[in-house]
Amino acid sequence: MDKDKIASYGNTLYDCLRNRKTIAPITEQESDVTIENAYHISLQLLQRRLDDGEKIIGKKIGVTSKAVQNMLNVHQPDFGYLTDRMVYDNGAEMPISSELIQPKAEGEIAFILKHDLAGPGVTNAEVLRATECVMPCFEIVDSRIRDWKIKIQDTIADNASCGLFLLGDRAVNPRNVDLVTCGMVHEKNGEIIATGAGAAASGSPVNCVAWLANTLGAFGIKLQAGEVILSGSLVPLHGIVPGDSMNLSIGGIGKASVRFT
Amino acid sequence: MTLDQATIAQLAERLENAELNRQPVTRITDAYPDMDWDDAYGIQSAIRKRKVARGNKIAGLKMGLTSRAKMKQMGVETPVYGFLPDYGSYADGAEIDMATFIHPRVEAEVAIVTRTELSGPGCHIGQVLPAIDFVVAAVEIIDSRYENFRFDLKSVIADNTSAAGFVAGSMIREAADLDMPTLGVVMEKNGEIVELGAGAAVLGHPASSVAMLANMLASRDEAIPAGAFIMTGGITAAVAVGKGDAINVRFQDLGKVSMSFK
Repeated sequence: MDKDKIASYGNTLYDCLRNRKTIAPITEQESDVTIENAYHISLQLLQRRLDDGEKIIGKKIGVTSKAVQNMLNVHQPDFGYLTDRMVYDNGAEMPISSELIQPKAEGEIAFILKHDLAGPGVTNAEVLRATECVMPCFEIVDSRIRDWKIKIQDTIADNASCGLFLLGDRAVNPRNVDLVTCGMVHEKNGEIIATGAGAAASGSPVNCVAWLANTLGAFGIKLQAGEVILSGSLVPLHGIVPGDSMNLSIGGIGKASVRFT
Repeated sequence: MTLDQATIAQLAERLENAELNRQPVTRITDAYPDMDWDDAYGIQSAIRKRKVARGNKIAGLKMGLTSRAKMKQMGVETPVYGFLPDYGSYADGAEIDMATFIHPRVEAEVAIVTRTELSGPGCHIGQVLPAIDFVVAAVEIIDSRYENFRFDLKSVIADNTSAAGFVAGSMIREAADLDMPTLGVVMEKNGEIVELGAGAAVLGHPASSVAMLANMLASRDEAIPAGAFIMTGGITAAVAVGKGDAINVRFQDLGKVSMSFK
């Protein structure tokens, strides 16, 4: 795929994001689009957002569960960028009807870093050493691809289907919690819709952060002190509409709640 | 009650023989479509009496169908309960003989041991929590005595809710030291993660399951005795096991439980 085409898809996705429109899957329009092409498209989309004045505040890791990996027929996660325009505080009203197209909610553990992490060779121990705290987190994913008909290249190009996110009520030292067995309870409108545990994210959320540090390290990119890293959902995606409210509790970490308008 | 005592005794014998001889049978509601919940628990109780008369002890009680989603799916408002015969108890790390079962499955649970008696009606979580002696991780082995797991709820109750065995963990904790709803569970089969969940999958809180058990027992003029070992219900879906399989379940704050099948 040539540079012009990459820029053009990045621009189209940016228009979709701003105008709440969808497009046909890129993989339908371009049968030979590679994962590398897709990341370059996502960088163009990101550049347009930075041109608008948005600031990068972290990264998200996606496709971390076995179920989603099987659905997309890939065996590794993907990632996208988080900007200041995406973040909400615990208990907030999140305006999905004006900001998003076809939103779905995920429950995750967010890592806040206190030291840089530069791969390759980043181990889980280094991830824990570099982590200031972990927090409960809702990620509200969205797709600029029609009806979520995504292949791995489509979601990567579309900033890993990132929408908005919300950080919960407590920040916990990762030394004080077992991130593999910590349980998650996900409620919508007062009803438990799913439970899960840390291991749902590729065996451990720490594995996911190490993967990201090492994957980006190969391109000379660091995870930076102060960044927030969303480590991947511990429960299945769940569609939401304005008027819904959700709660999330993580054993040993805390809670998050959100109302959608 | 729609069945007479002779029929209940005969069905109890048939179901218990199915268990003891590992010979599955057809579900009993096919022959007795009008049987009611009292009949179903009556058959279970008759099986229990047969075992006690033979010298078996009752090692504990168990709850089943404790997931609200599953209850909705089956169109019922309450879970079901059964008892745990002593010979179904296996040590953590045990090698368990597959020949003991027909088509066993395992599920991860939180087990609660009571310090004082709990009786219904009106038993609630506020009575259960202070009555808990300790909490321990557990895995239940279920094994329906019905062919191809083809059953309905009344047939399952009569069949002692598929109870076949259990493995308790080696670490105990006080209820006040745990947040049972968010207590996470990770089940691995042969080293691969197969099921995940958290305690809230059991009626929102495993202690609520104990309260419900006390209330259900009250309708048969029974109570949960002091010192009872109670399997509160599956946090994970039941996973089929076969010869050569190794199961390892990690619990947040409660250690792990493991076993293998030979």
